[in-house]
Amino acid sequence: MKNNELETKSELQDESLFKGSLGRRSFLQYAGASAAGIALVAAGCRKDRGVENVMTGATLDFKNEIGVLNYAYALEQLEAAFYVKVASAPPSSFTTAQKAYFQDIQFHEIAHREFFKNVLSTAAIGSLEVDFSSIDFTSASSVLGAAMTFEDLGVAAYNGAGVRITTDAYLVAAGKIVSVEARHAAYIRDIISNGTFADLSSLSALGADNSKGLDGALTPDKVLAAAGKYIKTKINAINL
Amino acid sequence: MNILNILDEIEKVDGEIYERLSPRRSAMRDFFNVGKKISMAAVPLALGGLFKKAYGQTNPASVNEVLGFALALEYLEWNYYNHALTLANSTYIPDGPARQAITTIRNHERAHVDLLKGALGITGSDQYVYADFDFTAGGTFADVDTNYQTFLKVATAFEDTGVRAYKGQAPILKGMPVLTTALQIHSVEARHAAHLRQMVAANVTGASGLKPWIAYTANGNDTGVSAADAVYAGEQNTTQAGVQITGINGTAVTQSQAAESFDEFLTGSDVKKIANLFIKTGKKLA
Repeated sequence: MKNNELETKSELQDESLFKGSLGRRSFLQYAGASAAGIALVAAGCRKDRGVENVMTGATLDFKNEIGVLNYAYALEQLEAAFYVKVASAPPSSFTTAQKAYFQDIQFHEIAHREFFKNVLSTAAIGSLEVDFSSIDFTSASSVLGAAMTFEDLGVAAYNGAGVRITTDAYLVAAGKIVSVEARHAAYIRDIISNGTFADLSSLSALGADNSKGLDGALTPDKVLAAAGKYIKTKINAINL
Repeated sequence: MNILNILDEIEKVDGEIYERLSPRRSAMRDFFNVGKKISMAAVPLALGGLFKKAYGQTNPASVNEVLGFALALEYLEWNYYNHALTLANSTYIPDGPARQAITTIRNHERAHVDLLKGALGITGSDQYVYADFDFTAGGTFADVDTNYQTFLKVATAFEDTGVRAYKGQAPILKGMPVLTTALQIHSVEARHAAHLRQMVAANVTGASGLKPWIAYTANGNDTGVSAADAVYAGEQNTTQAGVQITGINGTAVTQSQAAESFDEFLTGSDVKKIANLFIKTGKKLA
């Protein structure tokens, strides 16, 4: 499990090789340098402490929990906006039961969004501008495909961000939300193709591992990159 | 990517890392020698082995307790599904999508068992086998081995319990890499629960309205299986971290949607009480 953590931090940093150090430390570094192959492939984990960019749009500062909560707030804004649009005019082929459940999902995401907004209070980022131009809201397959993307990505986002949460109450709240997102994901997947509710092998790009029975887990930068096409507002993630 | 960065990072939280590693030069030598022989892709695994040698058992006792607790629940789930799938009566769990879904779930539970055994350094045979369980819960679900509807009801209760159990343990794992793994298991259990609830809705008499998520009822139990009340106790909650979710900020969020939108956790002791109903004397969780 330590390895997973290390592998997710992929900043290339080689300067340590040239640092002057003493004693056991230098022995170890010498040993490392002599095993150059290992040094090249072992997962490095120095955090990026680069200069902050000049920002426009929303900034998610992951230096503390506020950034994590705002990250969740941003994702819930995106999901809620999507389902509000779906629920207001569902694809004509949706059944009565499906329409009712998409109403439920809409309000679940609204509840999540408003929860984070209230928790963050004055620290909350503003409203995101979304871009759903790639989705055909009259087509059930387009809507279901997008819904599946949002839910699977949401699950991977919460799973990957949980370790950054420092307050018990917020960690538990995130846990309470992510399992509901997973229920959504399973429901939507089963509509698309019954039995695919937990098709983990199809989620390997999100960090899932079917052989271990593990769902997705992604770092915020990867989640934001995947969600980027649906968000017009420029989001800057710093201090990751 | 650079192993020295890893050591540097560890040094920030464990100033003794070089001290820990150095007295074990044989461990380091083993590691680097191994590096010459194995493929590049396998290095992170070898690295894990190095740290294990340096630290011995790396998990604090409280973390091992959580993992051991989770493992017991996974044993229960795996044995339940595996036994049902081996029963000769194919009309019990119908061939086709139903049997495939239960097989998918069974295989995930086995993977969780193996993963947790590995994390705890347990080798050899399972500590719990089918004979250690009583899936009738002392006769409450007497026809669980012959009645498909009963099988689905109990399975749903197990999955919803699993979701609540992992959630309740999260604060103990706060900030640790193992939390991520626990969360990755947790959401898979939630996917199972959602699918089983749909199977219940499709197959159990009087349960056609059961949702993939847990709807509001006065006592939290929306399944209509009163014997499972303890599994759902508290799911009626609509207040989260002091925030009332029903009608939040003037929205139209109903009481049921407010309860549905957040799954609740169960404490370890409450989960053990539920699990022990299905575990025989002598093997019950303490």
